[in-house]
Amino acid sequence: MDRRSFIHGSAAALAGSALPLFPMAAMAADEIVVSSIIDMSGGLDIYGKPMTDCMTLAVEEQNAAGGLLGKKIKLVNYDPQSNMQLYAQFAQQSALKDKSTVVMGGITSASREVIRPVLTRNKTLYFYNTQYEGGVCDRNTFCTGVTPGQTIAKLVPYAMKKWGKKVYVVAADYNYGQITSQWVKKFVQENGGSIASIDFFPLDVTNFGPTISKIEAAKPDMIVSALVGGAHIAFYRQWAAAGLTKKIPLASTTFAGGNEQIVLSPAEADGFLVSYNYFQNIDTPENNAFKARFYKRFGADYPNITELAMGTYQGFKLWAEGVKKAGSIDHEKMITALESGISIDGPSGKVSIDPETHHCVLNVRIAEVRNKQLNVVETFQQQPPVDTSAVCNLKKNPKDNQQYVIKA
Amino acid sequence: MDLALIVLIQVLYAVASLVIISAGLAVIFGMMKVINLAHGEFMMLGAYAVIAALKVGANLWFAIFIIAPIAVGIVGVVLERLIIRRLYGRMVDTMLATWGLSLLLVGIVTSVAGNTTAGVSAPLGSFSIGAYSVSGYTLVIIAVAVVLAVAIRWVLTRTQFGLIARGTMQKPDMANALGISPSRVYSVTFAVGAALSGLAGALLAPLTGVVPTMGAAFVAKAFITVIGGGPAILAGLLGASTLFGTINQLATFVTTPVLGEVALLLAAIVMLRLLPQGITGRFFKGSL
Repeated sequence: MDRRSFIHGSAAALAGSALPLFPMAAMAADEIVVSSIIDMSGGLDIYGKPMTDCMTLAVEEQNAAGGLLGKKIKLVNYDPQSNMQLYAQFAQQSALKDKSTVVMGGITSASREVIRPVLTRNKTLYFYNTQYEGGVCDRNTFCTGVTPGQTIAKLVPYAMKKWGKKVYVVAADYNYGQITSQWVKKFVQENGGSIASIDFFPLDVTNFGPTISKIEAAKPDMIVSALVGGAHIAFYRQWAAAGLTKKIPLASTTFAGGNEQIVLSPAEADGFLVSYNYFQNIDTPENNAFKARFYKRFGADYPNITELAMGTYQGFKLWAEGVKKAGSIDHEKMITALESGISIDGPSGKVSIDPETHHCVLNVRIAEVRNKQLNVVETFQQQPPVDTSAVCNLKKNPKDNQQYVIKA
Repeated sequence: MDLALIVLIQVLYAVASLVIISAGLAVIFGMMKVINLAHGEFMMLGAYAVIAALKVGANLWFAIFIIAPIAVGIVGVVLERLIIRRLYGRMVDTMLATWGLSLLLVGIVTSVAGNTTAGVSAPLGSFSIGAYSVSGYTLVIIAVAVVLAVAIRWVLTRTQFGLIARGTMQKPDMANALGISPSRVYSVTFAVGAALSGLAGALLAPLTGVVPTMGAAFVAKAFITVIGGGPAILAGLLGASTLFGTINQLATFVTTPVLGEVALLLAAIVMLRLLPQGITGRFFKGSL
């Protein structure tokens, strides 16, 4: 092959490879691309799988109802495999290659802080639909999950009234546990109680023997647990094995997030108190209708529709509501519409976006573990994100872009 | 007084659990010089063997003490035949191969059992010492560690197989000349090591969450114990377990669990600086 024919050949090849780009661009005009970056494998997949299922259902329902603005929604699923580097890579791809209208995803706070700056820099709208420690203040980001100012603020007084004023805190040793335990301390003290001790555990600790003896020595009225992950289930096991489940009651900010109530036996977990926005046992027409649709799509033997899964479903609905109101998928117009106080009636009740913090006003519930089920014992209507709104006002400072570490 | 007794039990428990999680590695790494990075995954398989056996209705104790070691022992035989035997004498290569093996095992178990936490409740309930409660299962762990140590010693010193195994590890060509097949001895020894790892995983199943990735929490501690122990398998295992378990548990009692882990690692670093050959490189020389 001489040089000329080589150049001809390569030019043709280049033209050939460039060709498919045009149909894709044409396709993008009558489709709205939504990217979902949620761990479907690796250590976090227990959280990610129900989230992805809810995302799929939400998109399918929207398309069955005619899509948005007359266009079909195309869902692009990325699996970052519980790996932070993949989060960064997929966020770049969704923003630059897929030209996504919105990216939803991220489970841990660490993964959120990896993708949030990438998407903000590329002016791609971002929804973080997970319960977390609060404080993210970024005009491009909407956080639809519950925060400690909503859940712990209700859970701690409820449990203290029921059990007593001396509280012992056990928490996972990373930003979630550190920050959450400070919130617990704040609310315990505000309610006239005292903290016996706050103990932190690295995520791979499995021997809780000394801690359990220490707790017994401190004689608290109750335990608050912010333990996370598979290894920490050992705490509940060893707690029950030492016969303490019946002696010292326990409330948790994390329990049931990974279906721990199904893994542990009723004897080990009955009586624990937890607080979230959504429990699948909520008996409302909206939720029953949702469950019927969900089970029809994913099978009636689905273990449990989790808080995080519902956060994803409602997050998508909120975004869709915003697009309808904006009448456009222009980045600025969508944010303006989402900031206009829109709301949806989700399976958990009314959920509306707080314009100043880009967090949600929603119902918060306390539930008790009983025979592997989470039974709602009290509902608090329409709780605002008081923690984040104490530090963040995006109406006044639209250029603000940081996560405030809230001093409890 | 109650507290002193509780601390004593917890320290014994910490020592015992180090002995149990490290025994399999002591055989495979200490005797055979195979750096088995899949040790944690062998434990994980043992734990899953218990879960699977319980699902089909087996008795818990039978599952822990019989089914799990045998199942993982068989897996050990197969893996030794397929992979490990090609790598004897190539320590670094065994590290790479067993690391790959550990990823493979995690992947297989994840796709079969799913990445959800499983587990069993600890049997036996609890008893009280003064104002404190102790799980009865804690005492089982301590007792098993004692029995395990005695049994390892008995097998290595009093049985013909123990003699042959020790001889083969020291001089395989001489053993071969005396009419013993080293490859069979290696195979059986590796299987015994794997079975001990399986037993460890099975024993810990009621105390911790059983997930495909659970091995990672144990493999580092097992290596630190075996390397800290030095050349004598049993004396090293017991010595290092006692030293590290006691330091870890006392530090945890006095301070926090985080500092307890830090104290264990610090102790290991300082000790290996002073005794680079491990405890039995200096003391109890020539013991088993």
